[in-house]
Amino acid sequence: MKKVMMGNHAISHGATLARVQVIAAYPITPQTQVVELLSEIVADQRLKAEFIKVESEHSAMAACIGASSAGARAFTATSAQGLALMHELLHWAAGARLPIVMADINRAMAPPWTIWTDQNDSLSQRDTGWMQFYCQSNQEVLDSVIMAYKVAEKVLMPVMIVLDAFSLSHTYEIVDLPDQAVVDKYLPPFDYKYKLNVSDPHTYGGLTTPDWYMEFRVKMQEAMDQALVEIKKEAVEFEKAFGRRYDPVEPYMVDDADIVLVTSGTAASTARFAVDQMRKKGKKVGNLRMRLLRPFPFADVREHLKNAKKVIIVDRNISYGYHGIWAQEVKSALYGHSKVPVFNFIAGLGGRDIFPETFVEIVNKVKKLKKPDQELYWVEVKK
Amino acid sequence: MKPTLPLEELMSPGHLACQGCGAGIAMRVSLKALGRDTMFTFPACCWTVIDGPFPYSCLEVPLLHMAFEATAATAAGIKAAMDALGKDKTTICGWAGDGGTFDIGLQALSGAAERNDDIFYFCYDNEAYMNTGIQRSGATPYGAWTTTTPVKHFKKEAKKSIDDIVAAHKVPYQATASVAYPEDLYKKLVKAKDIRGFKFIHIISPCPPGWKARPEDTVKLARLAVQTGIFPVYEVDGGKYVQTMKTPTRKPVLEYLKLQGRFKHLKESDVADIQRMVDTRYAELEKRFQGC
Repeated sequence: MKKVMMGNHAISHGATLARVQVIAAYPITPQTQVVELLSEIVADQRLKAEFIKVESEHSAMAACIGASSAGARAFTATSAQGLALMHELLHWAAGARLPIVMADINRAMAPPWTIWTDQNDSLSQRDTGWMQFYCQSNQEVLDSVIMAYKVAEKVLMPVMIVLDAFSLSHTYEIVDLPDQAVVDKYLPPFDYKYKLNVSDPHTYGGLTTPDWYMEFRVKMQEAMDQALVEIKKEAVEFEKAFGRRYDPVEPYMVDDADIVLVTSGTAASTARFAVDQMRKKGKKVGNLRMRLLRPFPFADVREHLKNAKKVIIVDRNISYGYHGIWAQEVKSALYGHSKVPVFNFIAGLGGRDIFPETFVEIVNKVKKLKKPDQELYWVEVKK
Repeated sequence: MKPTLPLEELMSPGHLACQGCGAGIAMRVSLKALGRDTMFTFPACCWTVIDGPFPYSCLEVPLLHMAFEATAATAAGIKAAMDALGKDKTTICGWAGDGGTFDIGLQALSGAAERNDDIFYFCYDNEAYMNTGIQRSGATPYGAWTTTTPVKHFKKEAKKSIDDIVAAHKVPYQATASVAYPEDLYKKLVKAKDIRGFKFIHIISPCPPGWKARPEDTVKLARLAVQTGIFPVYEVDGGKYVQTMKTPTRKPVLEYLKLQGRFKHLKESDVADIQRMVDTRYAELEKRFQGC
């Protein structure tokens, strides 16, 4: 059934279709509609779930950890400061190997206070052990919640679904709501082998000496390696069930492109529009959209950038004292595999719009340069 | 002689508690009342260590170790899951020290108490951050030495009244207990198990290394804490205060203080100050006791 809905409601519907059993959430702009709709759905008993209206995001994640440990499918959603407050427990959820799924609506970090989008909130959680899926449409958001549980419960690692504040969270788009029966067939109930069980009592997360700690970490890395395999497998399985496909990266006209713009989130669809315009003028430009941050799709990035003469990464984020974070990731994948010059542009922080013309200007600037003469280039910044 | 507590032990002797640890007694007795259909979550606290290192555990019930400030929210999450899975008979317990309750975990505790989540929240109170090496907490009493309140600048602030803070949430059941009176603790837990909603149990648990006391004095100290009126033992059942261990003639606080090295620097005038504080606090509480 097709419906027009905002990105935030696409998350709520995704969680409902995934039959989540425990929701624990705390309100933050621009996430609020996610939990508002979910609390209605739970109150109306359209979804059989417990909803804990916690007193902080830290407690939201703590409750999800408790619920998941006891064998329930757990869900939460947050943004920016809320995600940062959860940071300690993001490590905990991953370290405890709990398949929790969370939506993060990308909002820039304060100060100064802001509610608009950029990616510094989610990218700062890069090393916590969470998979991160960056979405560019409301349909992808809904589908990703369902797919996330499938992957997470197979490898026992948590997933963060990431979407831009306002340009996705509050933007209405046509979304195909899958039938519950099809979702149920695709996503079986969560049957957690290691759940807290009074008939078979175990202790989880106890004090571990240097004799064993590292082995737990090896298992997490192996789980992430396996996650990449599962994500690729699920791209096919999901397409079979729902007719839509989501690969770790999404190439657009990259094969013959001299210049490839690497982007993520909603900036990717803008970049594609710009690519079409530039193609019409005979410029060989392509776009590579990054969907996965973790597990990082090294091979896909190398493959799709192998023909490029120049690579431009447009980052809606920054690692202060370094450069854009996606640029760091992509450069690291290319190092030793490619000699292609990589240019990094920082654009759209704190929700500043990124227009198609922005990408055209970036490409025009790069055309004049043989190789980067700066580590990063700021886009459209006031003097 | 008929035993006053069940003989079954759900805590095995291979634990890592120090000699004379009050927190060990608190758990052993509590488990006798709670039984096997019980799950625990612990934050960082002495019990993180006492339970035993991976892959060992001295408990015969499931246990989820968790971050320091997250006890009440984690227990609420476990409870929600058990309800969602149709296993709503299982007793879910958060089990935290005083630091994890009075200080860093207070927000989550207040949240769960206000929501009236159907869980037990236990605080075994040894009156300082003992697991990290005896630093002052909001539960450390006036006059005490700790490594962060050295003798020259001993603790000048009174112990935070956590029981009053919880009482302000009007929870269905709360109680204080002392490891010197296991039957009293046992009775309270058996009763509270059948009460739906938030249950707060605050147990005074002497710590020989932290209190600089002799391990063999643990029970004596836990008893004197009650007999001096320093730690009155009572319950608040549906808003009704009942003193369960009565102290018609209170002993002087000096009898309690003098057995502990953490108070040995105190002058006579300091002890008199403490006696006055205890008298005032006790008189306030006494007004609330009913049926005495």
